[in-house]
Amino acid sequence: MRQTIIALVTGILFGAGLALSDMINPARVIAFLDLFGNWDPALAFVMGGAMIPAAIAYVFSRRLRSPIMHTKFHIPENRIVDRQLITGAAIFGAGWGLAGYCPGPAIAGLVFGNWQPVVFVAAMLAGMWLHRLTSDLQHRGQPAI
Amino acid sequence: MSTLAPLDPLIALAGGLLIGLAAAVLLLFSGRIAGISGMVARAVGIADSGTPRLQALAFVVGLPIGAWLVSASLRQPEVIVTSSIPILVTAGVLVGFGTRMGNGCTSGHGVCGVSRLSPRSLAATVTFMLAGFAIVALARFMVGG
Repeated sequence: MRQTIIALVTGILFGAGLALSDMINPARVIAFLDLFGNWDPALAFVMGGAMIPAAIAYVFSRRLRSPIMHTKFHIPENRIVDRQLITGAAIFGAGWGLAGYCPGPAIAGLVFGNWQPVVFVAAMLAGMWLHRLTSDLQHRGQPAI
Repeated sequence: MSTLAPLDPLIALAGGLLIGLAAAVLLLFSGRIAGISGMVARAVGIADSGTPRLQALAFVVGLPIGAWLVSASLRQPEVIVTSSIPILVTAGVLVGFGTRMGNGCTSGHGVCGVSRLSPRSLAATVTFMLAGFAIVALARFMVGG
C-alpha cells in the first residue's frame, strides 16, 4: 500500500513536471527536433534538469543496501547493446518525431480537452500489444520482456 | 507551429527538476526505475514482469493528475497539435512497438538510464534522438515546411 502511494505521488510529480516544462505540447517537442527550423532548446533544459536529481539519487542508492520502503533495488543489470535495442529505439524515435508525443506526455496530456492524445495513446497501446504478439510468436511459451 | 511562444529556460529547467525528483523518490523509496512505457505496458497487462501492476497503474494515473494540477494553478498550456489522425495513429503504433522492443522511452532510457550512465540507455537515447531529428527533417523537406 505504501509503495502504491509512492507510485501515485511520483506519477503526479512526473506529470506536473511534464506540464510545467510544456513537454505535454507536441509542438514544443517537434520544435526541439527541428534542427533546420526555428529550433527550441526547451527539451534539452528539461532533460538536463531531470538528470540532476536522478543522478544524485542513483549515486546515493548505491550506498544503500535496500530502498527505504522495499526489500531490493530493481535496476536493470543488462549492459549489452544489441540490435533489438537499437532497432526498437529507432522505431520509437521515428514515431516520436512524427507526432511529437512520447508515452509520458501523451498520457499526461489526456486532461487538456483535445482529442489527439486519445487517438495517440490508443494507437500506442495497439503498438505495444502488437509487439507482445510478435514476440510471443517468436518465443512460444516464454513471456515477453 | 510558428505560433509557439518561447518558454523561459528556467521554467523548462524547473519542470525537468520535478521530473527528476519523481524519478529520485521512486528509486530511493521503491527501488524502481521511472520508465513510463514499461509502467504503461505493465498497467494494462501487456508486460508480465516489472513494477507490480497496481503500482504501475497508480503511477500512470498520477501523470494526468499532475499535469492537470499544474494547468489549473501555475501555467495553462497552449497545446498545439498539427498531426492528422493517420499521422497520430502511425506515430502511436511506432512509439508503442518501438518502446517495447527497445525496452524504454524518453523517461526510462533518456532520464533514468542516462543519469546512471547505462550503456544500453546511452545507445538507445542517441538512437531515438537521431531518429527524431531525421524524421522531422524529412517531414520538413517533404512538406517544404
